[in-house]
Amino acid sequence: MSQPVTNTTARADVIIVGGGIMGAATAFFARQRGLSVILLERDLVGQYASGTNFGNVRRQGRFLPQLPLANRSRALWGDLPRLIGENVEFLPSGHVRVAFKAEDSARLEQYAQDCKPYGLELELYNGCKAVERFPMLAPDVDCASFSPLDGHANPRLAAPAFGRAARRAGATVQERAEVSNITRTAEDFVVETADGLRFTAPLLQISSGAWGQKMAAAFGENLPLTPKAPQMGVTEPVPYRIHPVIGYASWVEEEGVYLRQVERGNIVFGGGLRSTVDLNTKRAQLNPLNLVRQMPHLERILPDFARLRIIRTWSGIEGYTDDDLPVMGPSARVPGLYYAFGFCGHGFQLGPGVGATMADLLATGKTEIPLEPFSIARFAAPVDP
Amino acid sequence: MDKPVVIVVGAGPAGTRAAQTLAQAGLRPIVLDENRQQGGQIYRRQPENFIRPASKLYGASARAATALHKAFADLLPRIDYRPETLAWGVVDQQVLVEHNQRVDAISYDALIIATGATDRIMPCPGWTLPGVFTLGGAQIALKAQACAVGAAPVFMGTGPLLYLVAWQYLKAGIKPRAVLDTSTLKTRLKGLRGLRHRPAILAQGVRYMAELMRAGVALHAGIQPVRIEERDDEGGLRVRGVTWRNSRGQLRHTVGDAVGMGYGLRSETQLADLLKCDFAFDPISRQWLPVTDVDGATSQHGVYTAGDGAGIRGADGAESAGALAALRCLADLGFSVSPQEVARLRKALEPMTAFREGLETGFPWPWRNAASLPDETVICRCENVTAGDIRRAAGSLDAPELNRAKAFVRVGMGRCQGRMCGLAGAEVLAAARKMPIEQAGRIRSAAPIKPLPAKIRGIMT
Repeated sequence: MSQPVTNTTARADVIIVGGGIMGAATAFFARQRGLSVILLERDLVGQYASGTNFGNVRRQGRFLPQLPLANRSRALWGDLPRLIGENVEFLPSGHVRVAFKAEDSARLEQYAQDCKPYGLELELYNGCKAVERFPMLAPDVDCASFSPLDGHANPRLAAPAFGRAARRAGATVQERAEVSNITRTAEDFVVETADGLRFTAPLLQISSGAWGQKMAAAFGENLPLTPKAPQMGVTEPVPYRIHPVIGYASWVEEEGVYLRQVERGNIVFGGGLRSTVDLNTKRAQLNPLNLVRQMPHLERILPDFARLRIIRTWSGIEGYTDDDLPVMGPSARVPGLYYAFGFCGHGFQLGPGVGATMADLLATGKTEIPLEPFSIARFAAPVDP
Repeated sequence: MDKPVVIVVGAGPAGTRAAQTLAQAGLRPIVLDENRQQGGQIYRRQPENFIRPASKLYGASARAATALHKAFADLLPRIDYRPETLAWGVVDQQVLVEHNQRVDAISYDALIIATGATDRIMPCPGWTLPGVFTLGGAQIALKAQACAVGAAPVFMGTGPLLYLVAWQYLKAGIKPRAVLDTSTLKTRLKGLRGLRHRPAILAQGVRYMAELMRAGVALHAGIQPVRIEERDDEGGLRVRGVTWRNSRGQLRHTVGDAVGMGYGLRSETQLADLLKCDFAFDPISRQWLPVTDVDGATSQHGVYTAGDGAGIRGADGAESAGALAALRCLADLGFSVSPQEVARLRKALEPMTAFREGLETGFPWPWRNAASLPDETVICRCENVTAGDIRRAAGSLDAPELNRAKAFVRVGMGRCQGRMCGLAGAEVLAAARKMPIEQAGRIRSAAPIKPLPAKIRGIMT
């Protein structure tokens, strides 16, 4: 295990700024490819959005061109015990999306067709077949779309486990190291921290989530990124009966709730309206009334939910772009600079795949996973004719 | 202009006197009470038709209890009293409450937090067996339901409540099998310097001890809990007795069918935390407490704390602190208040503060026990997290403070949100990492402060 750096300058092949699941997984896979790695995390690895999200390992419903990345990630989720030595409570118990309105059901049916070429096979259950297959659901579900190989995992464990595995593999993982300045010399990026440490590397990856916008802007690349706080909560534990993740497929934001039961018995839930965030204090300004607003919709999909009690709520800080797609891939302006941030509240499932794909880019400059839709170049201001 | 709205959370000694002071100034405070009837924990009332006299219910505090109940009855027409109402969150200068599965958001101009305290627990092997109660729980069973936790209870822990509860059981006709106190005669002597500031209370404690001894109840000092023993009969697991070491380190066993256990009190501080009040580590009690000035004003404008919720000063102290916080609140709202009354209350609180230091010195929280608890000892009973789990979080998982340990091994993540296990969990973590306890931090509060029914409806839906 390599120890944290205390001398004033350290050099590596790549510096990764941000120890969420994207940065931690990239550090791990970059080490697998033989690169020397320094991972700088302002607080503790996986403490913000990566540690506080819902824990969905879901492919269905994703932007179709993102499915190759999501498929790669899903394969890695199943392989975590071999790769990083623990399973981080990954349960491939399936994922159900339920619709109550005909137009929402039509969308589910269309998606089930469209995702087939990407290798994602979904099962559709209409009308009473839905509740026959999933008896915990409300009897008036119009359509249930089941993705049998998706599932869920424990977000509090995943990113720290990648961080520890990266460290065991020889990466320098520096926690409580807040980056204060980044400059570029002829060969290297020079990254300085608030407590006076200095790191240099020819390659730099920004994986600082909602804080990524400011760092990209320092390299002349502007993008719209709004920080938001999801409303998460958990019930008291009850016997483990609900195996798949269940999501309410509605295009009304407030109705868009989801839930999963962990083996311990608690039902974790989230969705609906999001709260605002103060990026400076690093705290979500959670509005507990959004919790109250979630309740009727959770009961709508799972009638027995109303018999439980809520024991805890929390939130995290997520970055949302205008088109709801992440920023991932090389910088459009600066050679050697890479981005993986702004995953718009759907990054957890992608984490391992993003790590492996970014490691491809860092080691070889290319990857087989199509990343064009996620390029930061899409936000570049149009050049005047 | 409308009169300012002041919310008082809690209707024990502090909350009652705060509400009374506000009403006397012409305001109509909203008093939120989780209980069905006013009185708090210490002066909790028995249900209607129960007829045990106050002298048996409240011991030497019977007069204070009756006076407080009567003051509240007189006050009722002039306040907005909301019993069985849980204050579970805050947002934008509003307190979120739940009553009967309905949610309401109440706007306020000022807020007085008088949320009291719970028992402080140092786990030992076996403490989660059926038949083990906190001292407060054992007392509530007696006061509110006229029920005993067992026919042959053993009381273990430290602090004045240990002897009060044992005495109350004795008076109810249930003879305790033993009173096992982790504090030593030496620490108690040291504590006398503070305790003598309230000679009447000190004398009461001595009286409880003497009456217990006279009745043949063995009082042991300087004990070390080893484990609470179990027996398995047709009715399931139950308490069989307590194994402990005496002050000379010899193994002893006391047979009993129930245990009342507690090591002093811990303040209920979650509302102040949700309101982002500043907290500071209090080395005397080894707890993080809201920072207040002498009158109870917190770092947040318009937010005050009073009573045991802001540091343990007992019921009489709580009455003075409640009135004082209300006067400070009134002054901040632009009312004229009597400087003599403020001075009198401040002066009344002085000996309480010294007395409290005497209690913490005389009957100290046995925090050193945390380091030697066997790995399999359950610390967080909601989530069944053991001392060994917390040590793993401290070691191979490298959690530097309590919230990180919570994220990794679930300590403090269950129904009680760390209210019961947080202090002991922090001690186990700090001992495992060989760091000062204040570095272990405290569990961040989150809404809902206590479990909230999912079938809630209300203003927003």
